[in-house]
Amino acid sequence: MTAPIEKAWPEPDAGQRALDLRAAFAGLPCEPWLDEAADTIWRRSEALTGLFAAAARHCGRQQLAAAPGWTADEAARTILLSALELPEETLIAHVEEVYVYGDAAEKRAVLRALPLLPVGDRAVPLLHDAIRTNDPRLLAAAVGPYARRLDAALWRQAVLKCVFTGVPLDAVHALRERADTQLMELLEGYALERRAAGRDVPADAAALLQGLGTEEGGA
Amino acid sequence: MRIFDPHIHMTSRTTDDYRRMSAAGVQAVVEPAFWLGQPRTNVGSFTDYFDALLGWEPYRASLYGIRHHCTLALNPKEANDPRCRGVLDVLPRYLEKDGVVAVGEIGYDSMTREEDEAFAAQLALAIAHSLPALVHTPHRDKAGGTRRTLAVVAESGIDPGRVLVDHLNEVTVELAVDAGCWVGFSVYPDTKMTPERTVALLRRYGTERMLVNSAADWGNSDPLLTLVTGQAMLAAGFSEADIDQVLWHNPVAFFAQSGRLALDGIEEPGADFAGNSVRRGGI
Ligand SMILES: [Zn+2]
Repeated sequence: MTAPIEKAWPEPDAGQRALDLRAAFAGLPCEPWLDEAADTIWRRSEALTGLFAAAARHCGRQQLAAAPGWTADEAARTILLSALELPEETLIAHVEEVYVYGDAAEKRAVLRALPLLPVGDRAVPLLHDAIRTNDPRLLAAAVGPYARRLDAALWRQAVLKCVFTGVPLDAVHALRERADTQLMELLEGYALERRAAGRDVPADAAALLQGLGTEEGGA
Repeated sequence: MRIFDPHIHMTSRTTDDYRRMSAAGVQAVVEPAFWLGQPRTNVGSFTDYFDALLGWEPYRASLYGIRHHCTLALNPKEANDPRCRGVLDVLPRYLEKDGVVAVGEIGYDSMTREEDEAFAAQLALAIAHSLPALVHTPHRDKAGGTRRTLAVVAESGIDPGRVLVDHLNEVTVELAVDAGCWVGFSVYPDTKMTPERTVALLRRYGTERMLVNSAADWGNSDPLLTLVTGQAMLAAGFSEADIDQVLWHNPVAFFAQSGRLALDGIEEPGADFAGNSVRRGGI
């Protein structure tokens, strides 16, 4: 990407992390396509829609060796969104548009990109949408770092839904820091129901209840 | 027997069907966008439906080890409602999605002027987005409708080798063969084709460019009639290779023309996570 990056980043190291994602494509066959696509979007934001949809066909869907926890398509789409040098209120319109009209992989990529985009709290409704779905791919992406902007009640429900739908709890950003008494009560109620029905409690939920917890995840 | 059902409306089917299909050897499906039985009255109803075909339904299929792709279009029946015409304006956006392997199903229902326009416009979209086209033939006035359908296809300039003409029967099959299109037989419990009649046509016209589908939907239909047709082929003396061509290679070859057919690793379940809500009955 040729555009200079001078943004009010929402996270202290978000700018650096976006650059790291870009560096992870160094030498890959899709690097020229990605550069050109990002440059096109920087010049002409309406180009985002088509290029965002096509990204996985050009960059693949494999894990990126140089960016642990990222697939090539999600990282590429994050880079394309980062190429939009727009004020917050215009930027969010583009982010919402590719989310609303996106397929499941595009929606997931938007959710993963949110912590790296200067959109403030404006994308919280997208998290609400993702958490309403029953798609574990979207749910897992919705409980990442941007979920710090969710209010506590909805965040607890999202964590509980992860346990219900089999999303591993290490997908939940800052789980140990944020887990409170009310979350523990919800999980205890869940564990009680499971045991009463003769069913297992997932190991990560049981560990959290026992105060062991899991390490903060990157998903 | 491995089966690729190139025309099935899974939105209208239960998870029991997915389980039975998987056990019967169905490893891949294409779900064409169609009429849902209840007419829709606004564009948003379609975009939500397209979202389901690009998100929830492929996920549901993946739980049973089945790879799900779709074809998108404004179907002819609803093309007659001016409130739904705006679907043609949002389609270009959706035709760029990874899971879309054709424009369809398009064609005629009552052969109105509105249907003419929507059909031609969507064949042009297929060309513009480098996608094949799935064209169904009307239920009423089938022979006349098929002739008119093929005339519109020819006029559009799309390569007939990129067109699959569906719901064909004894009366209409030759028209599609002569036009150089791919041929689809929809095998139904009591309307459209039966397994035995399909086998007779495969004998007569050969197995090249021939596809068999269940077209299962919300009506009286059966997602396992692809398997039954394969068994009927075997009983009639067709080789395993012939059956594999009709039930697997032909649909793969047709939809691979989109450049978006992704069949890698379909033997393993596609879901990334050990558990899932559909199986557990959660939430
Ligand atoms: Zn159909």
